[in-house]
Amino acid sequence: MKSISSPENYEEVAELVRQGRRVLAVGARTKPRLSMVTGDVEEISTLNLRGMVEYMPEEFTFTARAGTSLQDIAGLLKQSGQYLPFDPVFAAQGSTLGGCIASGISGPGRFRFGGIRDFVLGLKFVDGSGRILNMGGKVVKNAAGFDLPKFLVGSLGRFGIVVEATFKVFPRPVSTLTLRINSGSLTDSIRIVLESAVQRWELLAIEVPHPGDSVLLKLGGNLKAIEKIGEEILSRWSGKMLSPEEADLIWNQSAGFEWRHDGGPLIKVPVIPDEVQLLVESFSIFKDVRIHFGNAANVAYVSLPSTEQSVAASEMLAGLGLTGLTFSGAGPLWTGIQKKTEIAKSVRAVLDPDNKFPTLEE
Amino acid sequence: MDPGAFKRLAGLLPAARFLVRPEQLVAYSSDALTAFQTTPVAVAIPETQEEVIALVRACHREKIPFVARGSGTSLSGGSLPVAGGIMIALNRLNRILKLDPSQRIAVVEPGVINAQVTTAAAPHGLYYSPDPSSQSICTIGGNVAFNSGGAHCLKYGMTSNHVLGIKAVLASGELVEWGGASREQVGPDWCGLFTGNEGLFGVALEITLQLLPRAECFHTVMAGYRTLEQAGDAVAAIVASGLLPGAMEIMDALALEAAKAAVHADYPAGCEAVLIVELEGPREVVDIDRVHLEKILDASQPIESRPARDASERLAIWKGRKSAFSAVGRLSPDFIVQDGVVPRRRLGEALKRIGQMSREAGLRCANVFHAGDGNLHPLILYNGSEPGALRRAEELAGKILCMCVEMGGSITGEHGVGMEKKEYLPSMFSEVEMNCLKAIRSAFDPEGISNPGKMFADGTGSNLTRSGLHPLEKSGVISRE
Repeated sequence: MKSISSPENYEEVAELVRQGRRVLAVGARTKPRLSMVTGDVEEISTLNLRGMVEYMPEEFTFTARAGTSLQDIAGLLKQSGQYLPFDPVFAAQGSTLGGCIASGISGPGRFRFGGIRDFVLGLKFVDGSGRILNMGGKVVKNAAGFDLPKFLVGSLGRFGIVVEATFKVFPRPVSTLTLRINSGSLTDSIRIVLESAVQRWELLAIEVPHPGDSVLLKLGGNLKAIEKIGEEILSRWSGKMLSPEEADLIWNQSAGFEWRHDGGPLIKVPVIPDEVQLLVESFSIFKDVRIHFGNAANVAYVSLPSTEQSVAASEMLAGLGLTGLTFSGAGPLWTGIQKKTEIAKSVRAVLDPDNKFPTLEE
Repeated sequence: MDPGAFKRLAGLLPAARFLVRPEQLVAYSSDALTAFQTTPVAVAIPETQEEVIALVRACHREKIPFVARGSGTSLSGGSLPVAGGIMIALNRLNRILKLDPSQRIAVVEPGVINAQVTTAAAPHGLYYSPDPSSQSICTIGGNVAFNSGGAHCLKYGMTSNHVLGIKAVLASGELVEWGGASREQVGPDWCGLFTGNEGLFGVALEITLQLLPRAECFHTVMAGYRTLEQAGDAVAAIVASGLLPGAMEIMDALALEAAKAAVHADYPAGCEAVLIVELEGPREVVDIDRVHLEKILDASQPIESRPARDASERLAIWKGRKSAFSAVGRLSPDFIVQDGVVPRRRLGEALKRIGQMSREAGLRCANVFHAGDGNLHPLILYNGSEPGALRRAEELAGKILCMCVEMGGSITGEHGVGMEKKEYLPSMFSEVEMNCLKAIRSAFDPEGISNPGKMFADGTGSNLTRSGLHPLEKSGVISRE
C-alpha cells in the first residue's frame, strides 16, 4: 500500500516524517526506479514545494524549493544569461531540482566544470527525526562545517528529504557549436574522446551516443572563436558542424534519454575509457542492448530491452568490477558490485535513527 | 597517557620514527597559526599506509587522541597537536602512486606536496587546479582535510571539486575506499563528505585527484583605482558582462605599500586599490574576450590599466599579489588573518565596515582578497608585545567574522574552522544543526580521538600565546591565504 501526501511547506514535510512509519520523497517521477520500493511506504510529493526563493544573478547563485521544475529554473536563469553548467537531465520531462539532487545524475556539461555535486552550495532538508536542517551555505565559497550537501547528492532521498537548495550558476556561453565526428567504430570513438579531452579547445561536452560509431563534441563561447576551433577539429577528424536546430534536437534527445528502450531497465554505470571496450563486448550477449557513453567515456548509460535481463546484467557488471544504478524500468536498484561499510550504518543512525526512510538497498 | 598503552603504541614503529624527546617535539608544537602552541606526547612518523592504519587502530583501541599532520601550514590551527595525544606526521607518505594522463588523474599519498602534482602532470599538458598560496609546501592530505582553495575557485572550485576517490582509515579503525578513477559515481557522495572534515573523521591514505588540461593562453590585467569601491564596481561589471575570468583579485593601499617594499612591485601612482583580472582559454576565445574586458575596464575609469605583455610581466603581477601577505608581515611584528566570505555584491560595504571597525579598535588592517568569490582576507596588524594588543586584534577578527555571517556569508572560505574559529561556527548553524554535525563526527569517531578540540567549541584547547610569524612566512615561502 502506498499513500501520497503533498505538503505545501517545510514544516508539513517535517510533520509527515515525524508521524509517518516509512516515508519516501518523490518528485516528478522522471527516474521512477529510484522511488520504487517494496512494501508499504508513504510517499511525500515535493511538487507543491515549488518556486524560486532567491535568485541573484550578480552572485552567480540561486535558491529554490525542491519541487521546482528544472525547466522553470533554466528559463529564469536564461533571462539573465546564466545556466546550470551540468546540463540537468529530464528537464523537458518535468524533472525537479530535488530529484536532480537525490539522483546525482548530471548531463553532458559535467565534462567541463563538474556535476551536481560541484554546483550545490547548500541544502535545507528534513532528516529521519523530522528535523529541518540547513547545511552548507549560500555563497560560492564556504568551508565551514561538514559538507552534508555533497553527501546528499546521489543519496536517493534515503538520508533525508531535500526541501530547498542553493546552487552556483555560471554565465551561459553566448553561443555553442556542436560537431559530430564520424569515427566509424567504438575503438576509434574512444581514441577521439581521449585525445579531445586534453586538447586546448576547452570542450563543454564529449559524448559517444549509441551505437558508438560517432562522437559529439560541444564548444561554447563567441561564435567566431568557436567556429575557428571547430574548423581545426574537423581538419583532424572527419565530421560536420551541426546546425543550431540539429544540435538542439540531439542534446534534447540526449537529456531525455530518448534513445533508450521503452520500459526496459536504464542503468547508470561509472566507468573509465579503458573499461569501455570490455563492457560493450560483455553486454553484446544481450540482444539489442543500447549503451550511451557520456562525460568523456566516464559514464555508461545502459538500456536493456527487457527486465528479464536485469539480473544477468547485474552479474555481468559485478564480474567486470563495476557498480550500476537502475533509475528507470524495473530490476535491482543497484547492479554489479556493492560495497558495504560500517560508517554508512553509523551515518544512517544519525540522520535516520528510526528507519523512517527505505534503505539504499531497497 | 597510560604507560602500557604508550609502550604498545611506540612498539609499532622503529624508535627513530617515534619521537619523544622535547627538542624533537618542539618543531611540531604549532602550525602556521603560531598563536596556538601545544606539545604532543610523541610524534609518530609512519612510512607506509599499513603503519598509519596500525597507529590509528591502536589509538582507537587505547583511546589515545591523535592529530594527523602534513606540512603544518593550517591557518586555522587545524593541525595543532592535542595535549596528551600523539601527532602522526604523514610527510613520508609522499609517493605519487599513479599518474594517468589519458584518464587525467593522479593517485597520491597524503604527504605529497600540492605543487608536485602539477609538476608531475605538466609534461602531459595537465595541472592540478587548487592553488593555495602555500602550495609549494602544503600537502594534499592537508588540502583534503581542510578543503583548501586558492585564487581560481570561482571557475574551478575548491579541493573537494577535484577529489575523485579516497582511501582512508577512519578514527573508528574502519578502512574505507570511496570513488575511484571515474569522474562519475553512484550513491551518496562519501568523498564529498570526507573532504573538509578537518581531520575529525580519520586519515586519508590515498587520494585520486582529477587533473585539468592547462589553458593555452592567459591574459592578465592589472588596473589601479582611486578607491576600493571603484575596484569593486569593476568586478561587478565584469561579472555582469558574462565573462568568467579564471581569477579576480583586489589589493588595498596598505597591501600595495607592503608589496612595493617587499618585492619592488610597481603599481600606478596614486591608486588606493589594484584589481587583477586573468582570462584564460583557447587563444581564439581569449583574443575576443580580452577586447570585451578592456572595454569594461575602460568604463570603470581606472587611473591606469596595464595588461601583461608577456609571461614575465604576468609573473611579476602575480608575484606582487602572492607576496602581499608575507610583505604585510614587514609592516608589523604580528598579524592575524581571517578568510570570511561575503556575498560579492556586499564587498564594498564589508570593506567599509572593516575599515571603520579597525579604526575603532586602533589597529591597522590590510585587505587582499579573492574578489571573484567574495572571499575576504583582512590582515589585522598588531604588536604582540603591547599589553592587550592580541586581545584587541582577536576581538576585531571576531567582529569581522560576525559581520560576514550577518551579511549572509561564511566564517571561512578556505582556511577551515580549526581552533581559531570554533567559537564562531554556531553563528552559522542552529543548535539542532550543530548537534547534527557533532553526531556525524561521532559516527566517524565514536571515541572523539581524531583531532579533538577543533571545529567544535568544547572547552578543550591550548593556550593562546604571542609568538610572531611562522619562520617560513617571514622568509616569504608561505603566506596566509
